[in-house]
Amino acid sequence: MSASKDSIGRTITVAVLLCVVCSVVVSAAAVLLKPKQIANKNLDRQTNILAAAGIPTAGKDVQAVFDQLIEKRFVDLSSGKFTEVSDPARYDARKAAKEADTGVKLSRQEDIASIKYQAKVMPVYLVKSDSPKGFDKVILPVHGYGLWSTLYGFLALESDLNTVVGLGFYSHAETPGLGGEVDNPNWKALWPGKQVYPEGSMKPELGLIKGSVDPASPKAKFQVDGLSGATLTSRGVTNLVHFWMGENGYAPFLSNLKAGGA
Amino acid sequence: MSQVKDVLLGPIFNNNPIGLQILGICSALAVTSNLGTAFVMALAVTVVTAFSNLFISIIRNQMPSSIRIICQMAIIASLVIVVDQILKAYAYEISKQLSVFVGLIITNCIVMGRAEAFAMKNPPMISFLDGIGNGLGYGVVLLFVGTIRELFGAGKLFGIEILPLVTDGGWYQANGLLLLPPSAFFIIGMFIWLIRTFKKDQVEAPEFELAKNSQKEAV
Repeated sequence: MSASKDSIGRTITVAVLLCVVCSVVVSAAAVLLKPKQIANKNLDRQTNILAAAGIPTAGKDVQAVFDQLIEKRFVDLSSGKFTEVSDPARYDARKAAKEADTGVKLSRQEDIASIKYQAKVMPVYLVKSDSPKGFDKVILPVHGYGLWSTLYGFLALESDLNTVVGLGFYSHAETPGLGGEVDNPNWKALWPGKQVYPEGSMKPELGLIKGSVDPASPKAKFQVDGLSGATLTSRGVTNLVHFWMGENGYAPFLSNLKAGGA
Repeated sequence: MSQVKDVLLGPIFNNNPIGLQILGICSALAVTSNLGTAFVMALAVTVVTAFSNLFISIIRNQMPSSIRIICQMAIIASLVIVVDQILKAYAYEISKQLSVFVGLIITNCIVMGRAEAFAMKNPPMISFLDGIGNGLGYGVVLLFVGTIRELFGAGKLFGIEILPLVTDGGWYQANGLLLLPPSAFFIIGMFIWLIRTFKKDQVEAPEFELAKNSQKEAV
């Protein structure tokens, strides 16, 4: 028994059989549970959009609140104007970024957020309102590289298109307890009220600093406390804010919107 | 019957995987900052250990000894991926909090340790129970550590406020150290101390004797 058990033929047979069985089990689980996971992801994204805009969702039907309050539009980043996409419900900016006709490869100088590829068209979310502008807040998807991973999140701005309402990340894999503190509610609470652009400029100033912000400093409204023990994640967050609020990001769109002609 | 009881309940206090075998400390530090994640993690580890023990025990007589560790790894890894997928589908919030630690069950020494030490030598049913027992033993420590950390670190249990915090207008000043991973070291150390106070037979023989204090004063 033991001699035949350890023969080369037997070893290979067992290895192959085990691999086949394991891979079938794993792929079956992955395929069968996929729809449920995608639904979860969408719900999570909607929750995060609402959270970034400071709309409470606890105990409510997120989907219903979202449909009632939020309008999804698409923006052509280079022209800064609203545009249409062929299949709005299924448009995926992450996929679009990698395709030759819907994405752009960023040069090294442009690519301060280290994302390599950028979609030409990005979804933006408007909080509906009856005001003449037609919106109350703007929620912009942002992403950029931290220490280990790309952080995906939303930055929400007031209707003056300069004051931050909130920032939140829905997907990242930074070190729990250090860079992972980007999810800490206390840290996120530092963002509302900060300004993105200095007076009369469209060059973003907002960023994280090392240590705590001195509230007396004239620059305090452009600064947020850095995450202690997470220099690279902090730098990544600053970079992604600078990139997406800059001229390759939403700056053209925001100036158009401010002028009333997006 | 007594063997079943031994295998199932033994690992909880008599032969605790963390307390006596000192296995699986890494994840015990990482996921115990609140009870919710500690509970789900304990459940996940129990399921994985039980089923990996079961499957490994079923094929233990067919497994060529030259590739047995890799076979065990393949089985454990597949089970962990399945558990991870299920968590992502049915407990998305918790799976986000556990992040990489579900995947790291693969490297949890308890799973591998029980597969090699028990399942390779025993029939399937008893191996399955051994897996559950060890998962429970791991779970007891996780819940113990999680209770202390969440209660005194955040004033909550399972996210429900028990001690109102000073920051929210209450009276309890939270101990922030308890929310950081190192605090779990102290708590696990105390847990081991506690167990060994009652179960003297777990105390290891000292490896060396401390020399008597010299009476001479330092000059």
